[in-house]
Amino acid sequence: MSHCRLFARLLLQQAGVRHCYTGNRNNLYINKNTKVICQGFTGKQGTFHSQQSLDYGSQLVGGVSPGKGGKTHLGLPVFNSVKEAKDGTGAQATVIYVPPPFAAAAIIEAIDAEIPLAVCITEGIPQQDMVRVKHKLLRQNKTRLVGPNCPGVINPGECKIGIMPGHIHKKGRIGIVSRSGTLTYEAVHQTTQVGLGQSLCIGIGGDPFNGTNFIDCLEVFLKDPKTEGIILIGEIGGDAEENAAEYLKQHNSGANAKPVVSFIAGLTAPPGRRMGHAGAIIAGGKGGAKEKIAALQSAGVVVSMSPAQLGSTMYKEFEKRKML
Amino acid sequence: MAASMACQAAVRGLRAASTKQLLVSQNQLSRVSPRRWLNLQEYQSKKLMQDSGVIVQRFFVADTASEALEAAKRLKAKEIVLKAQILAGGRGKGVFDSGLKGGVHLTKDPAVVGDLAGKMLGFNLTTKQTPKEGVKVKTVMVAEALDISRETYFAILMDRSCNGPVMVGSPQGGVDIEEVAATTPELIFKEVIDIFEGVRDDQALRMAANLGFKGPLERQAADQIKRLYDLFLKVDATQVEVNPLGETPEGQVVCFDAKINFDDNAEFRQKAVFALDDTAESDPLETEAAKYDLKYIGLDGNIACFVNGAGLAMATCDIIDLHGGRPANFLDLGGGVKENQVYVAFKLLTADPKVEAILVNIFGGIVNCAIIANGITKACRELELKVPLVVRLEGTNVQEAKRILAESGLPITSATDLDDAAKKAVAAIAKK
Repeated sequence: MSHCRLFARLLLQQAGVRHCYTGNRNNLYINKNTKVICQGFTGKQGTFHSQQSLDYGSQLVGGVSPGKGGKTHLGLPVFNSVKEAKDGTGAQATVIYVPPPFAAAAIIEAIDAEIPLAVCITEGIPQQDMVRVKHKLLRQNKTRLVGPNCPGVINPGECKIGIMPGHIHKKGRIGIVSRSGTLTYEAVHQTTQVGLGQSLCIGIGGDPFNGTNFIDCLEVFLKDPKTEGIILIGEIGGDAEENAAEYLKQHNSGANAKPVVSFIAGLTAPPGRRMGHAGAIIAGGKGGAKEKIAALQSAGVVVSMSPAQLGSTMYKEFEKRKML
Repeated sequence: MAASMACQAAVRGLRAASTKQLLVSQNQLSRVSPRRWLNLQEYQSKKLMQDSGVIVQRFFVADTASEALEAAKRLKAKEIVLKAQILAGGRGKGVFDSGLKGGVHLTKDPAVVGDLAGKMLGFNLTTKQTPKEGVKVKTVMVAEALDISRETYFAILMDRSCNGPVMVGSPQGGVDIEEVAATTPELIFKEVIDIFEGVRDDQALRMAANLGFKGPLERQAADQIKRLYDLFLKVDATQVEVNPLGETPEGQVVCFDAKINFDDNAEFRQKAVFALDDTAESDPLETEAAKYDLKYIGLDGNIACFVNGAGLAMATCDIIDLHGGRPANFLDLGGGVKENQVYVAFKLLTADPKVEAILVNIFGGIVNCAIIANGITKACRELELKVPLVVRLEGTNVQEAKRILAESGLPITSATDLDDAAKKAVAAIAKK
């Protein structure tokens, strides 16, 4: 009896860490009711993008800037801490524009305040810092982190959290998940042009240690009736795309499979070099684009060799399935 | 030893690449050591290790032949190993333009050390991993030669699938670790480290035992393992690889060679380490670009790229290749790019003699397209642009940007999307 319990506890310990955190993937689905605060509110980036966010119609309700609590910025209240901001506004999401030396601490503050969604835009956070953040993140389930080094999350027409240009988006049927910000914009632009539009766009970012991966987003997309097609944009480095391919094999096959179109950047990248993103590196022979493309194709994903054909490729898939 | 490691298939997510191996890539990459990825000379890595209490062979560095002679005498070693300090690998089999063969020499006589050093310092050493003309040797390492009775492999790295630090080791050291992984995977041992707990005693001892260290050596090795982990954290390394972690006949555990990869993102708090960076063997364009915080990587082709966003920049290189062209570089302007950076980037690209066309691909999110347009027109005017320029802009303030370019009177070809831009750039070169 005790032998079983010990075994079960061991299993739980090993699996529990993941299960705990993966239970809150739905926090990704922001909407017109999502209240957002901004950490780094009064800084240059924070101010600029908060104004953009307000112009888009997102429900930005306040921000955090330690030492400036009690003041007003862009007509909204400023708080000294995430906890105070959350208590004072009822915010369910935070967007973080804090510089690299302090960004990890800002994320941890959001986790401690148990805010359901934290989106960290910051590029340049030391990997060791993110490893520590992730250690904490995986052992709780109140807060879902997206990023760092990402453009953010947008539900077109309802809520925009991040730096993406709102005007290229159109409410629609395609879920987009991407490691690259500007390539996401390409996919958005194209799907808007072909008339399909987007249901939810999530930029998971270009860092090797981050809060949300492809699988987290794929689960949300597969379960969402409004998302009829999925675009997945990957790049060299790590094995997130291969893991996504495995997941799709198990959860998106057969007659009801949703069409998935993909582009993988970095076929021409030389090995051993960090191509801009901290996570975009082919090292020790692993993480190359060819292998990722092959893995995704084996899962029934239509991989486009050109980043300019994502919209048209998805359109063709819809045509094939008589979904237009 | 380091040169025997190849950059092939890795071990279950293990990144076993050595920085020196980057030069032997199958790709057409003809550049020398990478910049924007900190490179340390062997003696610098070993000094960092020494400072953390890691056992390395006793050594001195010398910049002149007489210094080398003095160092050899001061060492009071039974046997001395003299090693030319260059970043590229393959030193042992290299050749100096002084006529001396071999960048690594063993001798028992300090006088010989001085003599050989005189044929190394100030001369160019050519190896399989250097450019044809070789690399000038400015420093030599004079170290105590130690016998190795047994070689093991040990590395610590930040592993994505384990969400943190991982130790990897094998009692089969000194050889290609990928081969070991492929043929005898049971000889690869792994320990996942909790970032807050650090390396536990039981983990260090177990790894030491798995590496084949017995008796008092087991404790010694375990201690070295912990110190290597301390170093790994202290310098914000993404990987510390020791090959071989050796055992001497006298019963000592010694790190005979190490490769340390550093996290660029930690530069702001690793100023001392990053100050050691030697850019002499780097691409001068890359070094220059780095000064302006531009992420630039030189490639082999003739179509220069000018892009915002790393993913889009990679994709731009990919699509040029897809349409039969050859990208000359990867360049990510980043999100918060300023007008002078645009000007500098443009200047850098046009200064590259290989460049026969320039492709600008900007999708503005944070980036304001008008800023790009102003930077380009200014650069074009001042630099008297001689190569075809294809521009594809989209996003924030794009109408204003297009107006600026149109009214500039400059010979700029506009493109509607990435495919169109790549095709036009390739065609522009074909026309010449």
